[in-house]
Amino acid sequence: MFGTAVIVFREVLEAALIIGIVAAATRDVPNNHRWISAGVILGLLGSMIVAGFTDKISELASGMGQELFNALILITAVFMLAWHNIWMASHGKELAANARNVGKAIKDGVKECSILLTVVGFAVLREGSETVLFLYGIATSDQVKVFSMLLGGAIGVVAGVAVGYTLYKGLLRIPMRWFFSATSILVLLLAAGMASQAAGYLIQADLIPSLASPLWDTSEALPEKSVLGMLLHSLVGYDARPAGMQLVFYVVTLVIISIGMKLTNNQPKKNKLQVAA
Amino acid sequence: MKFLTFILFCFLSAQSFAAETVYTILLQNHRFNPANTTVPAGKKVKLLVINKDASIDEFHSDDLGVEKIISGNSKAIINIGPLKAGRYSFMGEFNAKTAQGVIIAK
Repeated sequence: MFGTAVIVFREVLEAALIIGIVAAATRDVPNNHRWISAGVILGLLGSMIVAGFTDKISELASGMGQELFNALILITAVFMLAWHNIWMASHGKELAANARNVGKAIKDGVKECSILLTVVGFAVLREGSETVLFLYGIATSDQVKVFSMLLGGAIGVVAGVAVGYTLYKGLLRIPMRWFFSATSILVLLLAAGMASQAAGYLIQADLIPSLASPLWDTSEALPEKSVLGMLLHSLVGYDARPAGMQLVFYVVTLVIISIGMKLTNNQPKKNKLQVAA
Repeated sequence: MKFLTFILFCFLSAQSFAAETVYTILLQNHRFNPANTTVPAGKKVKLLVINKDASIDEFHSDDLGVEKIISGNSKAIINIGPLKAGRYSFMGEFNAKTAQGVIIAK
């Protein structure tokens, strides 16, 4: 039961942390909770579908379908998080001050919400499909301990959600002065971590070279399976044994999104309410 | 000139890619057979993992940085390398107690 709980906990934790950060980062987006809930539900449905089609997906692309599918989902999420951060860099303060929605702002608001839905949905889909397959395998196996293993799975889910929720609540308590900076940085690191993971799958699919693997090995000092390792993996993309190319993707993503955020922030602004900081 | 060198590099890489040996590992009764597989260091390697069990499992290796779900009665190709010389452990994550193996790069 413990083993099952740990496996499920790891999967759920990763999705829960992403959702926690995204939920906090979009606290002033109207109805963000509804969009996030919709994302979770769609993600769960999607993960069941993906689990059902695992074989077909795996066979695609000369047997590299799984890797490509995961990489594509991650890369899409990276673009969405990048858009969110860049958009927030110019509009965040307006939202916080309840500025009037004018034309583009409304359109952007809808875009931002669909981004919320997609990022959350994809996170749940990725982690969910693996968990669904795992739990389904247990439920249909002939092992005697089915009930205790399923119970372990349930515990893993609850524990993972609890940690994600704690992170969310914790983030909401950050003073407003630093709130947008803090959540922007977290989203930035999430995006970079996802880019690094995508690179891992592309390397596995033999589409890009690994460039020194592993680049470093900190698995003794900080194993990825430890609680801290798990948290750092989900939050900042920590990898105890990353390939060189993964680091490249990580840094490039950080740099490009940061530049994007700086550029939008420096634009001369028209038709915006002056917001007292 | 740099562009031509790049094209040549791609061509050479593709050639070495075509010459890879495939190492077969069976997963049966939630155990890997062979449990230890020796591969050449410094080269890209393909593993063919055949899941002869009816139940699904996930080939997972933190050392190699790979994870791939393999359905029951199915097989999967896993690309690894180039590896530095050493031992790289892997497991069937859904049956970790018994499904353990090692890739030895020499």
